This record gives sequence, C-alpha cells and structure tokens, in this order.
Amino acid sequence: MAPFPLPVQDILGQGGQYILYLLIGIAFGAVLEVSGFGNSKLLAAQFYFKDLTVLKVMFTAIVVAMVLIFLTTALGILDFNLVWVNPTYLMPGIVGGLIMGVGFIVGGFCPGTSLVAAATFKLDGLFFALGAFFGIFLFGETVGFFESFWHSTYLGRFTLDELFGVDMGVVVFGVVLMALFMFWGGEQLERIIGKKDLKAAPKWRYGAAGGLALLGAVVMFIGMPTTEDKWAKIATEKETQLSERAVQIHPAELLGLIYNDRLNVRLLDVRSESDYNAFHILDAERLPPDTILQKVADYQTAPANTVFVVMSNDEAAATEAWKTLTAESVPNVYILEGGVNNWLATFAAEEYNPSTALPDAGDDHLRYAFPVALGARNAAAKPNPETFAALEYTSKVQLKSKRGATGGGCG
Amino acid sequence: MTTQTLKRPAQSSDIRITLTKRATRPYVNAYTGGILLGIVLFLAFFLTGNGLGASGGMNRVIVWIEDAFVPWHVDRTPYLLDMAGGSKNPLDSWVVFVGVGVVIGGFISGWFNGRLKVETNRGPRVPVRWRWLLAFIGGAFMGYGARMARGCTSGQALSGGATLSVGSWVFMFAVFAGAYALAYFVRKAWN
Repeated sequence: MAPFPLPVQDILGQGGQYILYLLIGIAFGAVLEVSGFGNSKLLAAQFYFKDLTVLKVMFTAIVVAMVLIFLTTALGILDFNLVWVNPTYLMPGIVGGLIMGVGFIVGGFCPGTSLVAAATFKLDGLFFALGAFFGIFLFGETVGFFESFWHSTYLGRFTLDELFGVDMGVVVFGVVLMALFMFWGGEQLERIIGKKDLKAAPKWRYGAAGGLALLGAVVMFIGMPTTEDKWAKIATEKETQLSERAVQIHPAELLGLIYNDRLNVRLLDVRSESDYNAFHILDAERLPPDTILQKVADYQTAPANTVFVVMSNDEAAATEAWKTLTAESVPNVYILEGGVNNWLATFAAEEYNPSTALPDAGDDHLRYAFPVALGARNAAAKPNPETFAALEYTSKVQLKSKRGATGGGCG
Repeated sequence: MTTQTLKRPAQSSDIRITLTKRATRPYVNAYTGGILLGIVLFLAFFLTGNGLGASGGMNRVIVWIEDAFVPWHVDRTPYLLDMAGGSKNPLDSWVVFVGVGVVIGGFISGWFNGRLKVETNRGPRVPVRWRWLLAFIGGAFMGYGARMARGCTSGQALSGGATLSVGSWVFMFAVFAGAYALAYFVRKAWN
C-alpha cells in the first residue's frame, strides 16, 4: 500500500500531529509573506491588470502541487484516495465565491493573507481580519435561514477527470498547459497595461515552465494506478489474511457489532437484486459489484468508527469485493463468514438447515428457497442477540484508525 | 461612500512605525513564491492528507468564543453544534493550528525581511480611516462568502485546485469574476 499520507496521529500522537500542522502553517505564512501577499496594494493590482502577482503565485502553486501530488500517486508513493478533495456543492460555492470576490476587491485581502498582513502590523490587514471574523460569525448565525440552499447541488468528491471523462493524467497535463498559457497572457498584460519590462523577469522561468510541462507529460504517460495495480502491491500480505481467515467474521460476531452502539456498521450486500429481495439482513445496503469504485469516496468519508462487512451467498463474490475495497484503501472491511447462507443456518436453523437446502444450489448461490420475497421482513433478518448470546466465536474485528484526510480544507 | 470623500488628497498623518532595524528586502519573484507555496501545499497533502486552510481556523476561534459565553445558543444551532456541541472543543482541529502557524510564519518572515511596519497600505486617494472601514467591510464579505463556499482562497482555491476538485475550480472562477466585475466601481479606492 502506498506509504503516504502518513498516519500522523498514530506516529506523532494527538499533540504531536498538531505541531506538524503548526509547522505547515508557519511555512505557509512565511511563503505568503515573502511573495508580497501581506500587501493589499499588490493584491488589488491584480484586478486592474497592472501586476499579476496573485495569478502567478496562485496558479504556480496549484500547478506545482498538482503535478507533485499526481506524480507521486502515479508512482505509487501517495494514495490519492486518502487525500482530501473538497466536496463539490456547486451553487453555494458559486454564490460564496462571488461574495468573496466582492470582499477581495473592496478589502484587498483574503482571510489567509489578512492574517499575514496583521502579523506584520499592517493596520488594513488587521481591520480586514476583524471584518472576516465578523463575517464568519454572521454566517454561523444566519446559515439556519438558508440551510437547504447551503446543502444543495451536492456532487460529493467530484474531480475534473470525471467531469471530462478522461484520465486524470490528461487533466494534469492540460491544466499545466492552460496555466503556462495564462502566465504568458498575464505577462503580456503586465507589459501593455502595467508598463513592465519583461526583460527584467528571470530567464529561468522558461526552464521551469518546460520542466513542469515535462513532468505533466510524464504523469499523463504513466497514468494513475488501477485497482489491479494497487491490489498487486498488497496481494501477498492480504492473500495471507484471507487464507488465514483473519478477516472473515462469524455471524455471531457480526450480530454483536450490529448491536454495539459505539460502532457504525455498514452491511454491504453484493448479491443479485433477486437474492437481495428474497432475503437480506436488516439494514444491509445492496452494492452491485460493478458500482463499488463509485462508492469508494463515500466509504472513505464515513466516520472513523465505521466497520464495513461485505457479504454474498457464500464467500466468493464477497471476497472479490473485499479485495477491491481493500485495494482502494477503505479501512475496516470484513467478510461475513459463510455469507448469507451461513447467517440463515446460524440464526434460523429450524427453517434453514441441510434438510431444507436446495439440492442443486451451486457455490455462492442462495441455498434456500424463499416462496415470498420478504427482504428484511423475515425474522432471520433481525435475530435477537440475547437468544444467541451463547454462540462462541473468535473475535476478529480490530478498528484501525483512519489515515489521511480528517476533514475539510477550511473545515 | 461618496466619490467626493475619496477624491480628497491622502492625509499626511499616516501612522508609520518601523519595528525592525533590518533593511527592507524586496518580495521574491512571483514564480519563486508560487513554486515555494506549491511545495508547501504538496507537503501538507503528502504528509497528512489534508491541504491548507485559513478561514476554517478563524471560524473555530469564533465558535470557541461563542461557546464560552453562550453555550446554550451553540447547542441549539446545528452549524455551530457540529464544531462545539457538548464537550467538543472547537479548537481541537488541525486547521486551527495551521491558522496559528500562518500568523507566526508571517511574523517571522516579516521580521527577517525587514517588513514589520505599522502602516496602512492603500490607494493614493483613499484616506486612512476610509481604508480601514473598507478593509473591515471587505473582510466581512470575505468571511461570510468563505463560509458559504466552505473554504477560502487557501482551503478551496489552492487545496481544491491542486486536487482537481470540480467545485473548487468553479469556485475559483467565481471569486475572480466577482472581483473583476466590481473592480471598475471601486477603482478610486486603489488607483
């Protein structure tokens, strides 16, 4: 599995990780300051086409970070699934962005730069920061009036490659080219409107531009790792877990998990729709195997106390789903031992036992006949845990703390 | 704001105190700054999985203050409850520490480069007090909009831009559109 991002909380502890974040913040503040972002006149000049420092710094930063993120992902060093991607709420983002644009040109900063300005005793920065605190306070007090708008047009973790239907590497290369074109256009504007002498600009920027374009092309050429690539890297270790049956949990253990208030258990049923309709465990969600990859982002953002249990009729399809989810770094995934057939035989043995089993049910097929498709309205869908308290099993679930993103960029 | 007030010549009573004896150094080239910022942004993602942020930390400071004075109000407002409900400490979040770091880092860099000066940067035609008022108003708009958009320039534009989030790219264009659309009307404040 890709070693980065690091499980910082496990390595450094609660306090230690905050020191790391503090250091990141210090570097961030210092870089903003040396770039001139503590000076409102320089920031505002952007909007009169005189000095495009804002555009250059911002887009250079975005492009450099983007190329490095996807280069390390392509090389299998970074796990992009564990990197926080701002979820898309389209309309609130647009309206909020327009309001911020107004604030930017009227006040001359954005929140981060105003902190830097205030830290270097720029009084306009201090007043801006106070205003920002006030605006933030006002939002918290008024969001209740338009809560539904604020949650509207939610598209989840939605990246440009999905929007355009191309590989991520192609988007990376395209964004690099677009940024270089913008820099060129920006410099022309500075020359014409800002009367700047382009000869004074450093020559190395051509080399840097070429280097970025080259790296972008490399990312496009290597491409992002597929689920198979990711599985191949962890196959040896994980196949051992499977063959040692370290991740197949007894139905009684699952029953215990379901009734454990401190856990958020998600039952993922990968069987066909007809089997699911015939019988499923209460609250099991149907997960057609070909849709697993689309659900990964959703599973990634589940609360840290979430345990996923995949199930099929026996174990074959569930094991395949487990491999996909594990390769895509979904944490805490387990397989229901013996699948739904075993669940029925464990909790409703009078009705579902070898004598009532269908004689010709193949592997991973539903072994019992259901004359009426009752779904979860069958008594066996919700066994009473006290009735089965005496069942013995080896407990296998161990919650692993989540690695990577813990919450919103500005959350 | 009336144009008449804005046309008054700048007052000469500007406060300007230099707090360091170091010679003021020029800002670095924009591309150099951008590359450094890009590396910091990448390292944040690479090491922790989280990007950068500023308004989120400011938000949590505000909620922390509210929780200290009117905890019952916080407990009845879903938006605030998320951060400070019950025994939750709103300051217990990575983004707060990034925000504190930004202030420290800005200060260190300002001191090192001889830019620690009590001053007010403003257009040549705007009186100091007007500049302060406009900064406060602009800040209020910025703060409000940043929370509505779930992130500011750092948390949305930089972080979401580098990870190719569709919403963040749309957001970025909205910010520039808003600022450019209004730039003409406030040109006297800056030029």
